[in-house]
This record gives sequence, C-alpha cells and structure tokens, in this order.
Amino acid sequence: MEISVQDYKRVSVIKVTGRVDSATAPDLEAALKKQLEGDKAHIVMDLSEVEYMSSAGLRAMVSTLKAARRVSGDVRIAAASPRVEEVLHLAGLSSIFTMYGTREEAIASF
Amino acid sequence: MVETTLLVPGRFDRLETITDFVARAARLAGLNESSVYHCELAADEAYSNIIMHAYGGENRGDIQLTCQCEPGILTIIFEDHGRPFDSGSIKAPDLSGPLEELAEGGLGVHLMRQLMDEVKFDPGRDQNRVTLVKRDHSRVP
Repeated sequence: MEISVQDYKRVSVIKVTGRVDSATAPDLEAALKKQLEGDKAHIVMDLSEVEYMSSAGLRAMVSTLKAARRVSGDVRIAAASPRVEEVLHLAGLSSIFTMYGTREEAIASF
Repeated sequence: MVETTLLVPGRFDRLETITDFVARAARLAGLNESSVYHCELAADEAYSNIIMHAYGGENRGDIQLTCQCEPGILTIIFEDHGRPFDSGSIKAPDLSGPLEELAEGGLGVHLMRQLMDEVKFDPGRDQNRVTLVKRDHSRVP
C-alpha cells in the first residue's frame, strides 16, 4: 500500500494505492491521524487505485470520519474503485460517507 | 472434490498468502471473479479475527486453512488453537444511530456474512473452527 498526501488551501487529499488490509491499515490510520493532528480536518480520500479493502481499512476510515466531524471537518471519498464501492455498500457504510465520482468534485465540495 | 491445506503462523504479513491461496481454490471451483474476490475478503476477515481474538495478537499460534473445491462450491475452513471465541455472537454494527455511537467492532463478521452463502463458527476448548461456503449461483442446477 502507498499513501500520498497533497495539501490544498482548505482540503487535504490522501491518495491510497494498492491493498488495505490488517497488515497495512495501521499505516493508513496513522497517516489520517497525522492530518487531523495538523488541524487538517477536511479530508478527501482518493480511492481510485485501491485494489482491495477489508474491514480493517473501513475501521480506519470510520474512526477518522468520527474524529473529523467532532471538529467540524469531514472525510469524503473520491473515485472509489468498484471493489471499494462494493465493500462499502456491503458493510452498510455507503450511506455514512459522502462519495464523489472524481477527486475534483470532492475537493470542490468543501 | 479437491482439498488443499495450508498451515501458517498467525501473522498479518501472511494475509496475502492466505488470500492468494483462497483465490486459487475459488477459481479451481469455477467461481467467477466477483465471487473469488468475495472469498478472498471473507477469508481475510476470518483469519484476522483469529489473530486478534482467538490468539490475542500476532505470533501466538498457527492457523490451518483448508479449501475444499467442488464444481461451483468452495468451502473454506480455518482452524486454530486459541481461546474459544464465538464470532457468531457478534452483532452487526447498528448503522441507524448517530455516527458517534457507531461501534466499529463487528464489521468483519458482518462482512463475512454478507459475502458468503454460509458462515459457521464452532468454538471449542481445544480448537476453534470457522467454515465459510460460497456457491456459484449462476450455475443451472
């Protein structure tokens, strides 16, 4: 799994590539936590190149979403790959996250 | 029926080994790619739960994975010697309430139930067993 972070004026975009499972989810959670600790609570997660995501990844995203909303921020999903969309839907989480078709739309939503 | 078995130490860095093994077995059973992915994910969840809850952490015991392949049916069996852990008693997260009250635990078991046709937990004093079954529903009976 690779994570890249791009900071814009109002939003941080975190692009995740590869596989998010119990082995790699702690790194994702740490990267998301670092954003929140840096007062960057407007987060877009670009999941277009995530080929695999288990509940470990979902838990990292949910806990970050909770923490962001506590400080009036949010975590929004951009361009989720079909597999990520499916697992979000099966887990019942597609109603909890705001999802956008493209990275640009997600950034503009803030 | 073709049966294959793998024994691995309970560690998260073995997850890809586990899911690759299950994916090969799922394809051998003739499941389509969507079902193959479902089997990989469900196996991931079961294996991760054994490490976290039956063994209480990594490097505390081995996990045996058996795949039984029949035409259109894959049976995945995990066995461990950790503490008895009844995943069957775990409820799905309640998504109807406020986000702040959403318990993140239970997501893995919930996903397993959504992904597979059968999920059976057999906790035991000396050995726990989890059985997952996926069928190819596109096949004409």
